[in-house]
Amino acid sequence: MGRRTPLFQLHQELGARIVDFGGWDMPVQYSSQIGEHHAVRRAAGVFDVSHMCVVDLRGARTREFLRILVANDVARLKVSGKALYSCLLKESGGVIDDLIVYFLTDDAFRLVVNAGTRDKDLAWIRAHASKLDVEVVERTDLAMLAVQGPEARAKTAKLLSAKGASAALALEMFRGAEIDGWFIARTGYTGEDGFEVMMPASAAVRVWRELNALGVASCGLGARDTLRLEAGMNLYGNDMDETTHPFESGLGWTVAMEPSDRRFIGRDALEKVLADAASGRVPQRRLVGLLLEDRGVLRSHQKVTVPGTGSGQGSGEITSGTFSPTLERSIALARIPAGAATQVQVDIRGKLLNARVVKPPFVRFGKPMLSNWTSNNPEKP
Amino acid sequence: MSDVPADLQYTKTHEWIRTLPDGTVEIGITDHAQHALGDLVFVEVPEGGRKLALGEPCAVVESVKAASDVYAPVAGEVTMGNPQLASQPEAVNNDPYGAGWLMRVRVVNAASTPGLMSASDYRQLLQREGD
Repeated sequence: MGRRTPLFQLHQELGARIVDFGGWDMPVQYSSQIGEHHAVRRAAGVFDVSHMCVVDLRGARTREFLRILVANDVARLKVSGKALYSCLLKESGGVIDDLIVYFLTDDAFRLVVNAGTRDKDLAWIRAHASKLDVEVVERTDLAMLAVQGPEARAKTAKLLSAKGASAALALEMFRGAEIDGWFIARTGYTGEDGFEVMMPASAAVRVWRELNALGVASCGLGARDTLRLEAGMNLYGNDMDETTHPFESGLGWTVAMEPSDRRFIGRDALEKVLADAASGRVPQRRLVGLLLEDRGVLRSHQKVTVPGTGSGQGSGEITSGTFSPTLERSIALARIPAGAATQVQVDIRGKLLNARVVKPPFVRFGKPMLSNWTSNNPEKP
Repeated sequence: MSDVPADLQYTKTHEWIRTLPDGTVEIGITDHAQHALGDLVFVEVPEGGRKLALGEPCAVVESVKAASDVYAPVAGEVTMGNPQLASQPEAVNNDPYGAGWLMRVRVVNAASTPGLMSASDYRQLLQREGD
């Protein structure tokens, strides 16, 4: 038996299929994974993400600490409630985990890290925090629900006081606030608008039922994965890990190399990567989106061949692949040699199938983001 | 409890077999199997003329989550794969014993086909597996 969130029993009552996810017993789907996916793209869905690890940092030197710990620069967080997505890096530049940092007050920040990496993350954070007298408190008392979709914010607001509802609806993108005793943030992992809501664990079951009653669909981790992949968002352990650095993981935008005197962990290694890339003598890799042009389904670890003899030819690998319910085609993220390739071939059970290199996201706010794609299903244009 | 039609034969790996009037057999996956796989999004069936050895992977059914092999429950020669599944893989979910059939096979040496179960035996297997 794995660890269980405060909602476990409710998931079972709702008929969820339960799977192990990073040591947790989590709902992968309730009735139909594709149905849950469409519910989020078209209306609203709720996900139990209480397995994710919420960590509060407190102390006068917390900001200074985070400027060393995190590859992005928390100096960018100037307004209370503002969120920043980034990575924890090893000295080698490899990614320990990705995370969200919320700026609460000058001596209090909140981190949300992945469930599967909780132990190593906490050990890493604590080891570095002690030097700067930063207190590290894991918030196991909280449950977290992600309410996502075009109707998600309006439905969630119905559960709040009048004052709370207007405060929640006024939140800008990537901002959070303490509202009616909950921490509500306009963030997510689906490519749709919505909230992630942290609340006392004891409230979670009641809130879930109230959301269901408002027409918000119960959604499992299966739909969460297809939604995030359509949104072009990375999954730790698939698309990046300790053996890959952010620049070859589509995460260069989460690294702040300026100001140059900010000596964050991993900086020296990344400077060497950039110098190697600039020299042109050391082959680099990049994470790209793939759209399968032939019939089939792209899956992680399938081999990718970049044909030709020019820059960027060679082989790579799919890091995440699935069937996109919105595009009705298969999509993937793949790590391939850096270069100008626009067409690749993927080995699926011994057959070489054609895929087009595209720039993620594939879908955003319910709309396909790719030019001239068509569903490969003639019955369903 | 899954639907298990009485007039079919079954395998431990959740395929079903129906004998057609012309003596060929139709093969598919069971209601239990389609439910366990979830929404199917891609089905690859063998082409007519392909020779099948008993137990060899002969079709692939892919859900959003994963790809699964279908194993030949009989040895023989494929007369046709179901052409509808290329555009309608969900037929396997919606009608696993009807429109969702995978292939038709001319069996060689039917007497030597081991391991097929009756509907009641297959129901017992599902009960043991906790269906």
